[in-house]
Amino acid sequence: MAEAAISTGAPRTRRSSGLSEKGLAFWMVSPSMLLIALVAAYPILYAIWLSLHEYSVRVAGLSRWAGLGNYQAAIQNSDWWTAVLTTFEFTIVSVVLELLIGLAMALAMHAAFVGQGLLRTVVLVPWAMLTVVTAILWRTIFESPQGFVNQILGTNTVWLGEEPQALIVIIIADVWKTAPFMALLILAGLQVIPGDIYEAAKVDGATVWQRFVKITLPLLTPAILVALIFRTLDALRIFDLPYVLTKGAHGTTTMSLISQQTFADNRIYGLGAAYSVLTFIVVMIVSFTYIRTVGGNIRGLAED
Amino acid sequence: MATETAVADRAEPRARTKTRKPRKEGATPWWMWLSVLVICIFCLFPFYWLVNMSLKTGADLGESSLFPPHPTLKNYQSIFHNDDFVRALGNSAIISLTTTALAIVVGSFCAYALARLRFKGKFAILAIVLSITTFPAIAIAAPLFRLWSNIGIYNTLIGLIIPNLTFALPLSIYILVSFFKEIPKDLEEAALVDGATHFTAFRKVVVPLAAPGLATAAILTFIATWNEFLLAITLTSSPAARPVPAAIAFFTGSTQFEIPYGTITAASVTISIPLIILVLLFQKRIVAGLTAGAVKG
Repeated sequence: MAEAAISTGAPRTRRSSGLSEKGLAFWMVSPSMLLIALVAAYPILYAIWLSLHEYSVRVAGLSRWAGLGNYQAAIQNSDWWTAVLTTFEFTIVSVVLELLIGLAMALAMHAAFVGQGLLRTVVLVPWAMLTVVTAILWRTIFESPQGFVNQILGTNTVWLGEEPQALIVIIIADVWKTAPFMALLILAGLQVIPGDIYEAAKVDGATVWQRFVKITLPLLTPAILVALIFRTLDALRIFDLPYVLTKGAHGTTTMSLISQQTFADNRIYGLGAAYSVLTFIVVMIVSFTYIRTVGGNIRGLAED
Repeated sequence: MATETAVADRAEPRARTKTRKPRKEGATPWWMWLSVLVICIFCLFPFYWLVNMSLKTGADLGESSLFPPHPTLKNYQSIFHNDDFVRALGNSAIISLTTTALAIVVGSFCAYALARLRFKGKFAILAIVLSITTFPAIAIAAPLFRLWSNIGIYNTLIGLIIPNLTFALPLSIYILVSFFKEIPKDLEEAALVDGATHFTAFRKVVVPLAAPGLATAAILTFIATWNEFLLAITLTSSPAARPVPAAIAFFTGSTQFEIPYGTITAASVTISIPLIILVLLFQKRIVAGLTAGAVKG
């Protein structure tokens, strides 16, 4: 049906506008592609160019070819490896916690037949909060004297001034902000599981736990996988929270932060660019996995 | 109207037909109320705490009471008399609105072609678009930091709008493609049969039908741009171009020991309110947009 309609329409289209479907597609796609080349591809290539040069700290504008020297310096620098380790610690712990809390929230929201609309709105509040505001918010909760955490725990900890406490606060802030987002993604996955499967299992005498492990989890795996990789990509880029909460002190310097500090604060452009290119490569490796995972999804969008 | 609901409800059409479990018991079990309550407290208490802090002044800020002992709006008065903050609000509005408008206009053409027209290389284009949404901002911040100084747009609004587009454009394209796909083809085909060109069909039939999808993409792009921090802090050096997130970070960064918590929290509440209003008004669409291909906001 659809094909027939298009094939009768297409010749007339061509006659009236002189532009074929492919021609139109070209003109509609190229502005975006041009813009992307300009604002994404060009800066990345320029970053690689910068990372292959050394820049004089004394004479502005003076530079010389350094080959892979900056990368060698980066790899031999223990600060870089500490930042890599911190970033991965942060990513693994926060993404796992977000998954568990998000899953619990999604199951509760799915089961709730009271206030589902209210809950959906409520869980969007942390998501909509600015990351900078999230940082301030958790600082005022943890830091004495205005915060109450020490009072409740009966401790005397300087939360943002000790290792590993500072990283823990950053993780808590991140989990609070993004677990609800995870919950929404998982909830969308839950809602497409047909209810009759559960009914059949119930008739066969499966317990609640069995139904969860044998039906819900396997059918939910694709949704969880997408959410997991997506959050991992985001967590690997983490910059805002440590920047505002600690400026990277007390074991909280991440890959993005060390890059930014190296080129913006210390003006070591070559090394800073090398750090950012390395960060880019790490994130793109994970991104590649992500795109392979949602590959079917993209193919679905690309189909006619 | 019919199409509007069709698109707005796209997150749960299947949910409605297939998955609604038959619920026999009449009374709501206690654990359900409890879990609703726990989720609400988890999500809302920290924001309440921020509001609580913003209503305190002087010595009250030095203690962790759950209610402001002497509630006052003094902090709010002082931030609106703070030129840097007011300026930052204006900067943020200009940057976010311009970026969003450009991304939606340019992106909608690309998204329509990807969703509806037949041509080669669609998969590659979508893969590129999606991979750019995952770029670490740091990878473009370093080169632009130098480049912008060289060409004289460091610390300007245009210098922030351009790199924000790097992320806003792919994000809006990706959301829009899935929305355009949801629109029934029949009307468009009828227009084509009647002799309309693809472009006219796009302009006169698809765009009006896609209005809810365009709004969703615009809201998500706006929120993402409003929240952007790394570029904001790296590519500005004075309040002239600093958007809100960067301005607030500078509030806190001035001294280690005497942080003006009252005004900072008041500023934080103030800039969160437009976002919370957006969420309250467009909850359904935001959820639909977020779950469409699991795109981040």
